[in-house]
Amino acid sequence: MLRVENVDMTFAAGTVNARVALRDVSLHLAPGDFVTVIGSNGAGKSTLLNVVAGSLRADSGTITVDGRDVTRLNDHQRARYIGRVFQNPAAGTAPHMSIEENLAMALERGQRRGLRWGVSKAKRERFREELTALEQGLDVRLEDWVTLLSGGQRQALSLLMATFSEPKILLLDEHTAALDPQRAALVSRLTSEIVDRFGLTTLMVTHNMDQALRLGKRLVMMHEGRIVLDLDHEQKSRMTVKGLLAEFEKVKGGDLDDSLLQ
Amino acid sequence: MMTAVELGLIYAVMALGVYLTFRILDFPDLTVDGSFTTGASITAVSIVSGVPPLLATGMAFGGGLAAGVVTGLLHTKGRINGLLAGILTQIALYSINLRIMGKANVALLRETTLFTPLREAGLTGTWLSVGILLAVAVAILAAIVWFLHTDLGLAMRATGDNPDMIRSFGVNTDNQKILGLALSNGLVAVCGALIAQFQGFADIGMGIGMIVAGLASVIIGQALLGRSSIAIAAGAVVLGSVMYRVVIQLALMAGLNPNDMKLISAVLVVLALVLPQWKGFARMGGAMRGRIASLTDTAIVEKEG
Repeated sequence: MLRVENVDMTFAAGTVNARVALRDVSLHLAPGDFVTVIGSNGAGKSTLLNVVAGSLRADSGTITVDGRDVTRLNDHQRARYIGRVFQNPAAGTAPHMSIEENLAMALERGQRRGLRWGVSKAKRERFREELTALEQGLDVRLEDWVTLLSGGQRQALSLLMATFSEPKILLLDEHTAALDPQRAALVSRLTSEIVDRFGLTTLMVTHNMDQALRLGKRLVMMHEGRIVLDLDHEQKSRMTVKGLLAEFEKVKGGDLDDSLLQ
Repeated sequence: MMTAVELGLIYAVMALGVYLTFRILDFPDLTVDGSFTTGASITAVSIVSGVPPLLATGMAFGGGLAAGVVTGLLHTKGRINGLLAGILTQIALYSINLRIMGKANVALLRETTLFTPLREAGLTGTWLSVGILLAVAVAILAAIVWFLHTDLGLAMRATGDNPDMIRSFGVNTDNQKILGLALSNGLVAVCGALIAQFQGFADIGMGIGMIVAGLASVIIGQALLGRSSIAIAAGAVVLGSVMYRVVIQLALMAGLNPNDMKLISAVLVVLALVLPQWKGFARMGGAMRGRIASLTDTAIVEKEG
Protein backbone atom coordinates (compact mmCIF):
# COMPACT_ATOMS: atom_id res chain seq x y z
CA MET A 1 0.00 0.00 0.00
CA LEU A 2 2.84 2.36 0.92
CA ARG A 3 6.32 1.95 -0.52
CA VAL A 4 9.13 4.23 0.57
CA GLU A 5 12.18 3.41 -1.58
CA ASN A 6 15.77 4.54 -0.97
CA VAL A 7 14.83 7.94 0.42
CA ASP A 8 17.62 10.36 1.32
CA MET A 9 17.04 13.69 2.94
CA THR A 10 19.55 16.30 4.11
CA PHE A 11 18.58 19.62 5.67
CA ALA A 12 20.61 22.69 4.69
CA ALA A 13 22.65 20.57 2.28
CA GLY A 14 25.96 22.10 1.20
CA THR A 15 26.28 24.37 4.22
CA VAL A 16 28.17 23.96 7.47
CA ASN A 17 24.83 23.30 9.14
CA ALA A 18 24.02 20.35 6.88
CA ARG A 19 22.24 17.63 8.82
CA VAL A 20 21.40 14.26 7.35
CA ALA A 21 17.86 13.31 8.42
CA LEU A 22 17.23 10.20 6.32
CA ARG A 23 19.83 7.81 4.86
CA ASP A 24 18.65 5.42 2.19
CA VAL A 25 15.41 4.60 4.01
CA SER A 26 13.16 1.95 2.51
CA LEU A 27 9.93 0.86 4.14
CA HIS A 28 6.99 -1.12 2.74
CA LEU A 29 3.57 -1.26 4.33
CA ALA A 30 1.13 -3.95 3.20
CA PRO A 31 -2.59 -3.04 3.12
CA GLY A 32 -3.90 -2.93 6.68
CA ASP A 33 -0.39 -2.79 8.17
CA PHE A 34 -0.06 -0.69 11.35
CA VAL A 35 3.59 0.27 11.88
CA THR A 36 4.86 2.18 14.91
CA VAL A 37 8.13 4.08 14.51
CA ILE A 38 10.32 4.83 17.52
CA GLY A 39 13.71 6.46 17.93
CA SER A 40 15.45 9.21 19.84
CA ASN A 41 15.20 12.89 18.95
CA GLY A 42 16.75 13.60 15.58
CA ALA A 43 16.47 9.97 14.50
CA GLY A 44 14.45 11.01 11.44
CA LYS A 45 11.01 9.73 12.51
CA SER A 46 9.15 12.99 11.92
CA THR A 47 11.13 13.68 8.75
CA LEU A 48 10.06 10.29 7.41
CA LEU A 49 6.44 11.12 8.14
CA ASN A 50 6.74 14.56 6.53
CA VAL A 51 8.37 13.07 3.44
CA VAL A 52 5.51 10.57 3.12
CA ALA A 53 2.92 13.34 3.64
CA GLY A 54 4.61 15.61 1.11
CA SER A 55 5.29 18.47 3.53
CA LEU A 56 8.98 17.84 2.83
CA ARG A 57 10.44 16.81 -0.51
CA ALA A 58 13.07 14.06 -0.33
CA ASP A 59 16.42 14.65 -2.03
CA SER A 60 16.21 11.27 -3.73
CA GLY A 61 14.12 8.11 -3.63
CA THR A 62 10.46 7.47 -4.41
CA ILE A 63 7.18 7.31 -2.51
CA THR A 64 4.39 5.11 -3.89
CA VAL A 65 0.87 4.96 -2.50
CA ASP A 66 -1.34 2.09 -3.69
CA GLY A 67 0.76 1.73 -6.84
CA ARG A 68 0.76 5.47 -7.64
CA ASP A 69 4.04 7.34 -7.65
CA VAL A 70 3.35 10.42 -5.51
CA THR A 71 6.99 11.53 -5.17
CA ARG A 72 6.43 14.70 -7.17
CA LEU A 73 3.07 15.64 -5.61
CA ASN A 74 2.98 18.22 -2.81
CA ASP A 75 1.10 17.80 0.45
CA HIS A 76 -2.35 18.97 -0.60
CA GLN A 77 -2.21 16.83 -3.74
CA ARG A 78 -1.28 13.75 -1.70
CA ALA A 79 -4.00 14.50 0.85
CA ARG A 80 -6.40 12.58 -1.38
CA TYR A 81 -4.68 9.37 -0.30
CA ILE A 82 -3.20 10.34 3.03
CA GLY A 83 -4.89 11.28 6.32
CA ARG A 84 -2.85 12.86 9.03
CA VAL A 85 -3.04 13.67 12.76
CA PHE A 86 -0.49 16.14 14.10
CA GLN A 87 1.20 16.29 17.50
CA ASN A 88 -0.34 19.65 18.39
CA PRO A 89 -4.08 19.20 19.08
CA ALA A 90 -4.65 22.69 17.61
CA ALA A 91 -3.06 21.74 14.29
CA GLY A 92 -5.64 19.31 12.95
CA THR A 93 -8.79 21.42 13.23
CA ALA A 94 -9.98 24.93 12.31
CA PRO A 95 -10.58 26.58 15.73
CA HIS A 96 -13.06 29.26 14.67
CA MET A 97 -15.31 26.94 12.78
CA SER A 98 -17.91 24.60 14.22
CA ILE A 99 -17.40 20.89 14.84
CA GLU A 100 -19.79 20.01 12.03
CA GLU A 101 -18.06 22.39 9.61
CA ASN A 102 -14.70 20.82 10.43
CA LEU A 103 -16.14 17.37 9.81
CA ALA A 104 -17.74 18.52 6.55
CA MET A 105 -14.40 19.79 5.29
CA ALA A 106 -12.73 16.53 6.29
CA LEU A 107 -15.37 14.45 4.52
CA GLU A 108 -14.57 16.21 1.23
CA ARG A 109 -10.94 15.05 1.42
CA GLY A 110 -9.31 15.45 -1.97
CA GLN A 111 -12.61 16.24 -3.73
CA ARG A 112 -13.34 19.24 -5.90
CA ARG A 113 -15.08 21.70 -3.62
CA GLY A 114 -18.00 23.47 -5.22
CA LEU A 115 -20.99 25.56 -4.23
CA ARG A 116 -22.99 22.86 -2.50
CA TRP A 117 -24.13 23.66 1.04
CA GLY A 118 -21.34 22.36 3.28
CA VAL A 119 -23.25 20.84 6.21
CA SER A 120 -26.29 19.14 4.71
CA LYS A 121 -28.92 17.42 6.85
CA ALA A 122 -27.76 13.97 5.77
CA LYS A 123 -24.16 14.81 6.64
CA ARG A 124 -25.18 16.20 10.02
CA GLU A 125 -26.87 12.90 10.87
CA ARG A 126 -23.75 10.99 9.89
CA PHE A 127 -21.56 13.33 11.98
CA ARG A 128 -23.81 12.83 14.97
CA GLU A 129 -23.43 9.05 14.69
CA GLU A 130 -19.66 9.23 14.28
CA LEU A 131 -19.31 11.59 17.24
CA THR A 132 -21.53 9.43 19.43
CA ALA A 133 -19.11 6.57 18.76
CA LEU A 134 -16.26 8.77 20.06
CA GLU A 135 -18.03 9.04 23.44
CA GLN A 136 -16.66 12.54 24.04
CA GLY A 137 -20.05 14.22 24.39
CA LEU A 138 -19.42 16.02 21.09
CA ASP A 139 -22.55 14.68 19.39
CA VAL A 140 -24.64 17.36 21.15
CA ARG A 141 -22.17 20.14 20.38
CA LEU A 142 -22.13 20.04 16.57
CA GLU A 143 -22.47 23.81 16.25
CA ASP A 144 -19.86 24.73 18.86
CA TRP A 145 -16.58 26.24 17.75
CA VAL A 146 -13.71 23.77 18.00
CA THR A 147 -11.68 26.27 20.04
CA LEU A 148 -14.08 25.56 22.95
CA LEU A 149 -12.98 21.90 23.12
CA SER A 150 -10.29 20.47 25.42
CA GLY A 151 -7.02 19.20 23.95
CA GLY A 152 -8.14 15.60 24.27
CA GLN A 153 -11.48 16.30 22.61
CA ARG A 154 -9.77 18.17 19.79
CA GLN A 155 -7.35 15.34 19.20
CA ALA A 156 -10.20 12.81 19.21
CA LEU A 157 -11.98 15.01 16.65
CA SER A 158 -8.78 15.33 14.58
CA LEU A 159 -8.47 11.56 14.60
CA LEU A 160 -12.04 11.14 13.39
CA MET A 161 -11.55 13.81 10.71
CA ALA A 162 -8.36 12.20 9.46
CA THR A 163 -9.88 8.74 9.24
CA PHE A 164 -13.60 8.68 8.47
CA SER A 165 -13.15 9.48 4.80
CA GLU A 166 -11.04 6.27 4.75
CA PRO A 167 -7.75 7.47 3.26
CA LYS A 168 -5.32 4.87 1.83
CA ILE A 169 -2.72 5.80 4.44
CA LEU A 170 -3.04 7.21 7.96
CA LEU A 171 -0.09 9.13 9.41
CA LEU A 172 0.05 9.73 13.17
CA ASP A 173 2.75 12.16 14.27
CA GLU A 174 3.24 11.70 18.04
CA HIS A 175 -0.43 12.51 18.24
CA THR A 176 -0.74 11.74 21.95
CA ALA A 177 2.51 13.42 23.07
CA ALA A 178 0.93 16.77 23.95
CA LEU A 179 -1.86 15.26 26.08
CA ASP A 180 -1.93 14.38 29.78
CA PRO A 181 -1.59 10.63 30.52
CA GLN A 182 -5.31 10.04 30.93
CA ARG A 183 -6.25 11.75 27.64
CA ALA A 184 -3.29 10.15 25.91
CA ALA A 185 -4.60 6.72 26.96
CA LEU A 186 -8.05 7.63 25.67
CA VAL A 187 -6.76 8.82 22.29
CA SER A 188 -4.58 5.69 22.06
CA ARG A 189 -7.62 3.51 22.61
CA LEU A 190 -9.65 5.48 20.05
CA THR A 191 -6.77 5.13 17.60
CA SER A 192 -6.69 1.36 17.74
CA GLU A 193 -10.51 1.17 17.56
CA ILE A 194 -10.71 3.45 14.53
CA VAL A 195 -7.78 1.86 12.69
CA ASP A 196 -9.38 -1.57 13.20
CA ARG A 197 -12.80 -0.36 12.16
CA PHE A 198 -11.67 1.13 8.84
CA GLY A 199 -8.78 -1.31 8.31
CA LEU A 200 -6.43 1.61 7.69
CA THR A 201 -2.81 1.23 6.64
CA THR A 202 -1.12 3.25 9.37
CA LEU A 203 2.29 4.72 10.09
CA MET A 204 2.61 6.08 13.64
CA VAL A 205 5.55 7.97 15.08
CA THR A 206 5.95 7.99 18.85
CA HIS A 207 8.71 8.29 21.39
CA ASN A 208 6.72 6.39 23.96
CA MET A 209 8.06 2.81 23.77
CA ASP A 210 5.22 1.41 25.82
CA GLN A 211 2.69 2.88 23.37
CA ALA A 212 4.73 1.64 20.41
CA LEU A 213 4.50 -1.87 21.79
CA ARG A 214 0.82 -1.76 22.68
CA LEU A 215 -0.38 -0.25 19.40
CA GLY A 216 0.17 -1.59 15.93
CA LYS A 217 1.25 -4.82 14.28
CA ARG A 218 4.83 -3.96 13.40
CA LEU A 219 7.54 -1.89 15.04
CA VAL A 220 10.38 0.00 13.40
CA MET A 221 13.26 1.64 15.25
CA MET A 222 15.17 4.50 13.65
CA HIS A 223 18.55 5.92 14.54
CA GLU A 224 20.46 8.69 12.82
CA GLY A 225 18.32 8.56 9.72
CA ARG A 226 18.39 4.77 9.30
CA ILE A 227 15.95 2.00 10.07
CA VAL A 228 17.92 -0.12 12.50
CA LEU A 229 15.25 -2.57 13.66
CA ASP A 230 12.07 -3.91 12.05
CA LEU A 231 9.97 -6.28 14.16
CA ASP A 232 7.08 -8.23 12.63
CA HIS A 233 3.88 -8.91 14.53
CA GLU A 234 5.19 -12.01 16.25
CA GLN A 235 8.55 -10.55 17.26
CA LYS A 236 6.80 -7.39 18.41
CA SER A 237 4.35 -9.27 20.62
CA ARG A 238 7.31 -10.86 22.44
CA MET A 239 9.23 -7.60 22.75
CA THR A 240 9.32 -5.57 25.99
CA VAL A 241 10.30 -2.00 26.80
CA LYS A 242 13.45 -3.43 28.43
CA GLY A 243 14.22 -5.36 25.27
CA LEU A 244 13.79 -2.22 23.17
CA LEU A 245 16.08 -0.26 25.45
CA ALA A 246 18.71 -2.98 25.10
CA GLU A 247 18.36 -2.85 21.31
CA PHE A 248 18.66 0.91 21.46
CA GLU A 249 21.86 0.70 23.54
CA LYS A 250 23.25 -1.78 21.02
CA VAL A 251 22.72 0.66 18.15
CA LYS A 252 24.22 3.53 20.09
CA GLY A 253 27.21 1.36 21.01
CA GLY A 254 27.61 0.47 17.35
CA ASP A 255 27.87 4.13 16.66
CA LEU A 256 30.64 4.57 19.17
CA ASP A 257 32.59 1.73 17.58
CA ASP A 258 32.20 3.39 14.20
CA SER A 259 33.58 6.64 15.45
CA LEU A 260 36.51 4.88 17.11
CA LEU A 261 37.35 3.18 13.86
CA GLN A 262 37.48 6.41 11.94
CA MET B 1 -28.17 62.40 7.85
CA MET B 2 -30.16 60.25 5.41
CA THR B 3 -27.37 60.72 2.90
CA ALA B 4 -24.92 59.39 5.48
CA VAL B 5 -27.06 56.28 5.89
CA GLU B 6 -27.31 55.87 2.11
CA LEU B 7 -23.55 56.23 1.77
CA GLY B 8 -23.04 53.77 4.63
CA LEU B 9 -25.16 51.17 2.84
CA ILE B 10 -23.29 51.65 -0.43
CA TYR B 11 -19.90 51.53 1.31
CA ALA B 12 -21.11 48.35 3.04
CA VAL B 13 -20.43 46.56 -0.26
CA MET B 14 -16.77 47.51 0.06
CA ALA B 15 -16.71 46.70 3.78
CA LEU B 16 -18.02 43.20 2.99
CA GLY B 17 -15.13 42.82 0.55
CA VAL B 18 -12.66 43.93 3.21
CA TYR B 19 -14.30 41.48 5.62
CA LEU B 20 -13.56 38.61 3.20
CA THR B 21 -9.83 39.33 3.18
CA PHE B 22 -9.23 40.84 6.63
CA ARG B 23 -11.32 38.43 8.70
CA ILE B 24 -11.91 35.34 6.56
CA LEU B 25 -8.47 35.05 4.94
CA ASP B 26 -6.65 36.93 7.74
CA PHE B 27 -5.00 39.01 5.01
CA PRO B 28 -4.97 42.84 5.32
CA ASP B 29 -5.29 43.68 1.64
CA LEU B 30 -4.18 47.19 0.64
CA THR B 31 -5.16 46.63 -2.99
CA VAL B 32 -8.50 48.14 -1.96
CA ASP B 33 -7.43 51.78 -2.35
CA GLY B 34 -6.54 51.09 -5.97
CA SER B 35 -9.30 48.67 -6.96
CA PHE B 36 -11.99 51.01 -5.56
CA THR B 37 -10.92 53.68 -8.04
CA THR B 38 -10.53 51.07 -10.77
CA GLY B 39 -14.20 50.17 -10.38
CA ALA B 40 -15.19 53.83 -10.46
CA SER B 41 -13.00 54.56 -13.51
CA ILE B 42 -14.22 51.61 -15.55
CA THR B 43 -17.85 52.43 -14.83
CA ALA B 44 -17.52 56.18 -15.43
CA VAL B 45 -15.73 55.76 -18.75
CA SER B 46 -18.14 53.04 -19.87
CA ILE B 47 -21.23 55.05 -18.99
CA VAL B 48 -19.87 58.12 -20.78
CA SER B 49 -19.29 56.01 -23.89
CA GLY B 50 -22.87 54.73 -23.77
CA VAL B 51 -22.67 51.40 -21.92
CA PRO B 52 -25.84 50.70 -19.85
CA PRO B 53 -25.09 51.50 -16.17
CA LEU B 54 -25.83 47.97 -14.89
CA LEU B 55 -23.41 46.46 -17.41
CA ALA B 56 -20.87 49.17 -16.59
CA THR B 57 -21.11 48.20 -12.91
CA GLY B 58 -20.67 44.54 -13.86
CA MET B 59 -17.53 45.47 -15.79
CA ALA B 60 -16.21 47.18 -12.66
CA PHE B 61 -16.66 43.86 -10.84
CA GLY B 62 -14.53 42.21 -13.51
CA GLY B 63 -11.83 44.84 -13.12
CA GLY B 64 -11.78 44.32 -9.34
CA LEU B 65 -11.54 40.54 -9.77
CA ALA B 66 -8.48 41.02 -11.97
CA ALA B 67 -6.83 43.37 -9.46
CA GLY B 68 -7.39 40.83 -6.68
CA VAL B 69 -5.94 38.02 -8.80
CA VAL B 70 -2.78 40.09 -9.37
CA THR B 71 -2.28 40.67 -5.63
CA GLY B 72 -3.02 36.99 -5.00
CA LEU B 73 -0.47 35.83 -7.55
CA LEU B 74 2.18 38.22 -6.22
CA HIS B 75 1.62 36.90 -2.71
CA THR B 76 1.27 33.16 -3.39
CA LYS B 77 3.37 32.46 -6.48
CA GLY B 78 5.76 35.41 -6.08
CA ARG B 79 6.01 34.79 -2.31
CA ILE B 80 5.81 38.53 -1.64
CA ASN B 81 4.66 39.59 1.81
CA GLY B 82 0.91 40.17 1.79
CA LEU B 83 0.99 43.84 2.77
CA LEU B 84 3.65 44.59 0.18
CA ALA B 85 1.83 42.64 -2.54
CA GLY B 86 -1.26 44.77 -1.88
CA ILE B 87 0.69 48.03 -1.92
CA LEU B 88 2.43 47.10 -5.19
CA THR B 89 -0.86 46.39 -6.92
CA GLN B 90 -2.39 49.53 -5.45
CA ILE B 91 0.41 51.75 -6.81
CA ALA B 92 0.35 50.03 -10.20
CA LEU B 93 -3.41 50.57 -10.33
CA TYR B 94 -2.96 54.32 -9.90
CA SER B 95 -1.36 54.50 -13.33
CA ILE B 96 -3.81 52.01 -14.79
CA ASN B 97 -6.74 54.03 -13.46
CA LEU B 98 -5.32 57.17 -15.11
CA ARG B 99 -5.01 55.21 -18.36
CA ILE B 100 -8.60 54.02 -18.09
CA MET B 101 -9.98 57.51 -17.49
CA GLY B 102 -7.47 59.33 -19.69
CA LYS B 103 -7.51 62.16 -17.14
CA ALA B 104 -7.82 62.61 -13.39
CA ASN B 105 -11.56 63.16 -13.30
CA VAL B 106 -14.58 61.96 -15.32
CA ALA B 107 -17.95 63.63 -14.74
CA LEU B 108 -21.23 61.71 -14.95
CA LEU B 109 -23.52 64.62 -14.22
CA ARG B 110 -25.76 64.46 -17.29
CA GLU B 111 -25.42 60.69 -17.81
CA THR B 112 -27.98 58.05 -16.93
CA THR B 113 -26.70 56.02 -13.95
CA LEU B 114 -28.17 53.38 -11.66
CA PHE B 115 -29.29 56.23 -9.38
CA THR B 116 -31.00 58.32 -12.08
CA PRO B 117 -34.45 56.71 -11.56
CA LEU B 118 -34.23 57.40 -7.81
CA ARG B 119 -33.11 60.96 -8.39
CA GLU B 120 -35.77 61.71 -10.99
CA ALA B 121 -38.49 60.41 -8.69
CA GLY B 122 -37.08 62.70 -5.99
CA LEU B 123 -36.42 59.75 -3.70
CA THR B 124 -32.75 60.31 -2.82
CA GLY B 125 -32.34 61.06 0.84
CA THR B 126 -35.68 59.48 1.76
CA TRP B 127 -36.53 56.33 3.68
CA LEU B 128 -37.57 54.62 0.45
CA SER B 129 -34.15 55.13 -1.06
CA VAL B 130 -32.56 53.89 2.16
CA GLY B 131 -34.86 50.86 1.99
CA ILE B 132 -33.83 50.10 -1.59
CA LEU B 133 -30.13 50.41 -0.79
CA LEU B 134 -30.64 48.31 2.33
CA ALA B 135 -32.27 45.60 0.21
CA VAL B 136 -29.26 45.63 -2.15
CA ALA B 137 -26.79 45.46 0.75
CA VAL B 138 -28.73 42.64 2.39
CA ALA B 139 -28.87 40.70 -0.89
CA ILE B 140 -25.08 40.91 -1.26
CA LEU B 141 -24.69 40.07 2.44
CA ALA B 142 -26.91 37.00 2.01
CA ALA B 143 -24.92 35.87 -1.03
CA ILE B 144 -21.66 36.11 0.96
CA VAL B 145 -23.09 34.30 3.97
CA TRP B 146 -24.40 31.57 1.68
CA PHE B 147 -21.04 31.28 -0.12
CA LEU B 148 -19.15 30.96 3.17
CA HIS B 149 -21.30 27.95 4.08
CA THR B 150 -20.69 26.04 0.86
CA ASP B 151 -17.91 23.46 0.54
CA LEU B 152 -15.81 26.04 -1.27
CA GLY B 153 -16.57 28.72 1.31
CA LEU B 154 -15.68 26.40 4.21
CA ALA B 155 -12.32 25.72 2.56
CA MET B 156 -11.74 29.46 2.21
CA ARG B 157 -12.56 30.08 5.88
CA ALA B 158 -10.23 27.27 6.94
CA THR B 159 -7.49 28.77 4.75
CA GLY B 160 -7.59 31.83 7.00
CA ASP B 161 -8.16 29.87 10.21
CA ASN B 162 -5.71 26.95 9.89
CA PRO B 163 -4.00 26.60 6.50
CA ASP B 164 -1.96 23.50 7.44
CA MET B 165 -5.11 21.69 8.47
CA ILE B 166 -7.04 22.39 5.29
CA ARG B 167 -4.01 21.52 3.14
CA SER B 168 -3.95 18.13 4.83
CA PHE B 169 -7.47 17.64 3.46
CA GLY B 170 -6.41 18.38 -0.09
CA VAL B 171 -7.14 22.08 -0.51
CA ASN B 172 -4.70 24.28 -2.42
CA THR B 173 -4.54 27.27 -0.08
CA ASP B 174 -2.85 29.42 -2.72
CA ASN B 175 -5.90 29.10 -4.97
CA GLN B 176 -8.21 29.89 -2.06
CA LYS B 177 -6.31 33.08 -1.28
CA ILE B 178 -6.36 34.17 -4.92
CA LEU B 179 -10.09 33.46 -5.15
CA GLY B 180 -10.80 35.32 -1.89
CA LEU B 181 -8.75 38.34 -2.94
CA ALA B 182 -10.46 38.39 -6.32
CA LEU B 183 -13.98 38.27 -4.83
CA SER B 184 -13.06 40.88 -2.25
CA ASN B 185 -11.66 43.35 -4.77
CA GLY B 186 -14.57 42.63 -7.11
CA LEU B 187 -16.92 43.84 -4.37
CA VAL B 188 -14.69 46.84 -3.63
CA ALA B 189 -14.70 47.80 -7.31
CA VAL B 190 -18.48 47.49 -7.49
CA CYS B 191 -18.66 49.82 -4.50
CA GLY B 192 -16.39 52.28 -6.31
CA ALA B 193 -18.67 52.03 -9.35
CA LEU B 194 -21.74 52.76 -7.21
CA ILE B 195 -20.10 55.69 -5.43
CA ALA B 196 -19.02 57.23 -8.76
CA GLN B 197 -22.59 57.00 -9.98
CA PHE B 198 -23.98 58.26 -6.68
CA GLN B 199 -21.76 61.34 -6.53
CA GLY B 200 -21.74 61.92 -10.29
CA PHE B 201 -18.03 61.62 -11.01
CA ALA B 202 -15.00 59.37 -10.79
CA ASP B 203 -11.77 60.83 -9.47
CA ILE B 204 -8.24 59.43 -9.38
CA GLY B 205 -7.92 60.17 -5.65
CA MET B 206 -11.27 58.77 -4.52
CA GLY B 207 -9.80 55.46 -3.31
CA ILE B 208 -7.33 56.99 -0.86
CA GLY B 209 -7.98 55.71 2.65
CA MET B 210 -10.68 53.27 1.55
CA ILE B 211 -8.94 50.37 3.29
CA VAL B 212 -9.09 52.30 6.56
CA ALA B 213 -12.80 53.01 6.10
CA GLY B 214 -13.35 49.33 5.30
CA LEU B 215 -11.39 48.16 8.32
CA ALA B 216 -13.19 50.68 10.53
CA SER B 217 -16.55 49.29 9.39
CA VAL B 218 -15.48 45.71 10.04
CA ILE B 219 -13.97 46.47 13.45
CA ILE B 220 -16.69 48.83 14.70
CA GLY B 221 -19.50 46.54 13.59
CA GLN B 222 -17.95 43.45 15.07
CA ALA B 223 -17.12 45.25 18.31
CA LEU B 224 -20.86 45.90 18.62
CA LEU B 225 -22.35 42.62 17.43
CA GLY B 226 -19.44 40.18 17.83
CA ARG B 227 -18.73 37.43 15.35
CA SER B 228 -20.15 34.32 16.88
CA SER B 229 -21.45 33.20 13.50
CA ILE B 230 -20.77 34.13 9.90
CA ALA B 231 -24.20 35.73 9.50
CA ILE B 232 -23.70 37.90 12.58
CA ALA B 233 -20.10 38.78 11.68
CA ALA B 234 -21.01 39.79 8.12
CA GLY B 235 -24.20 41.56 9.22
CA ALA B 236 -22.11 43.49 11.74
CA VAL B 237 -19.96 44.74 8.87
CA VAL B 238 -22.99 46.32 7.17
CA LEU B 239 -24.02 47.90 10.44
CA GLY B 240 -20.46 49.07 11.04
CA SER B 241 -20.32 50.72 7.64
CA VAL B 242 -23.50 52.71 8.33
CA MET B 243 -22.28 53.60 11.83
CA TYR B 244 -18.98 54.81 10.42
CA ARG B 245 -20.61 57.15 7.90
CA VAL B 246 -23.03 58.45 10.51
CA VAL B 247 -20.17 59.16 12.92
CA ILE B 248 -18.28 61.00 10.17
CA GLN B 249 -21.42 62.98 9.37
CA LEU B 250 -21.91 63.90 13.03
CA ALA B 251 -18.29 64.97 13.26
CA LEU B 252 -18.73 67.22 10.24
CA MET B 253 -21.95 68.66 11.63
CA ALA B 254 -20.12 69.37 14.87
CA GLY B 255 -17.88 71.64 12.85
CA LEU B 256 -14.80 69.52 12.27
CA ASN B 257 -12.74 70.32 9.21
CA PRO B 258 -13.47 67.88 6.34
CA ASN B 259 -9.74 67.83 5.61
CA ASP B 260 -9.21 66.17 9.01
CA MET B 261 -11.50 63.28 8.17
CA LYS B 262 -8.74 60.85 7.16
CA LEU B 263 -6.94 61.58 10.43
CA ILE B 264 -10.15 61.04 12.37
CA SER B 265 -10.79 57.77 10.49
CA ALA B 266 -7.32 56.51 11.33
CA VAL B 267 -7.73 57.46 14.99
CA LEU B 268 -11.12 55.69 15.07
CA VAL B 269 -9.58 52.46 13.76
CA VAL B 270 -6.67 52.69 16.19
CA LEU B 271 -9.08 53.16 19.09
CA ALA B 272 -11.25 50.26 17.94
CA LEU B 273 -8.16 48.04 17.77
CA VAL B 274 -6.48 49.18 20.99
CA LEU B 275 -9.33 49.82 23.43
CA PRO B 276 -10.52 46.18 23.58
CA GLN B 277 -7.04 45.20 24.87
CA TRP B 278 -7.34 47.46 27.91
CA LYS B 279 -8.36 46.00 31.23
CA GLY B 280 -11.58 47.92 31.74
CA PHE B 281 -12.77 46.97 28.30
CA ALA B 282 -11.59 43.41 28.75
CA ARG B 283 -13.76 43.21 31.88
CA MET B 284 -16.74 44.53 29.97
CA GLY B 285 -15.99 42.11 27.17
CA GLY B 286 -15.64 39.32 29.70
CA ALA B 287 -19.05 40.11 31.13
CA MET B 288 -20.54 40.00 27.65
CA ARG B 289 -18.79 36.78 26.78
CA GLY B 290 -20.02 35.35 30.07
CA ARG B 291 -23.55 36.22 29.07
CA ILE B 292 -23.10 34.56 25.72
CA ALA B 293 -21.57 31.51 27.37
CA SER B 294 -24.51 31.19 29.75
CA LEU B 295 -26.81 31.43 26.74
CA THR B 296 -24.99 28.63 24.95
CA ASP B 297 -24.99 26.57 28.14
CA THR B 298 -28.75 26.75 28.28
CA ALA B 299 -28.84 25.79 24.63
CA ILE B 300 -26.82 22.68 25.41
CA VAL B 301 -29.02 21.80 28.36
CA GLU B 302 -32.07 22.20 26.16
CA LYS B 303 -30.56 19.95 23.53
CA GLU B 304 -29.73 17.32 26.09
CA GLY B 305 -33.18 17.54 27.63
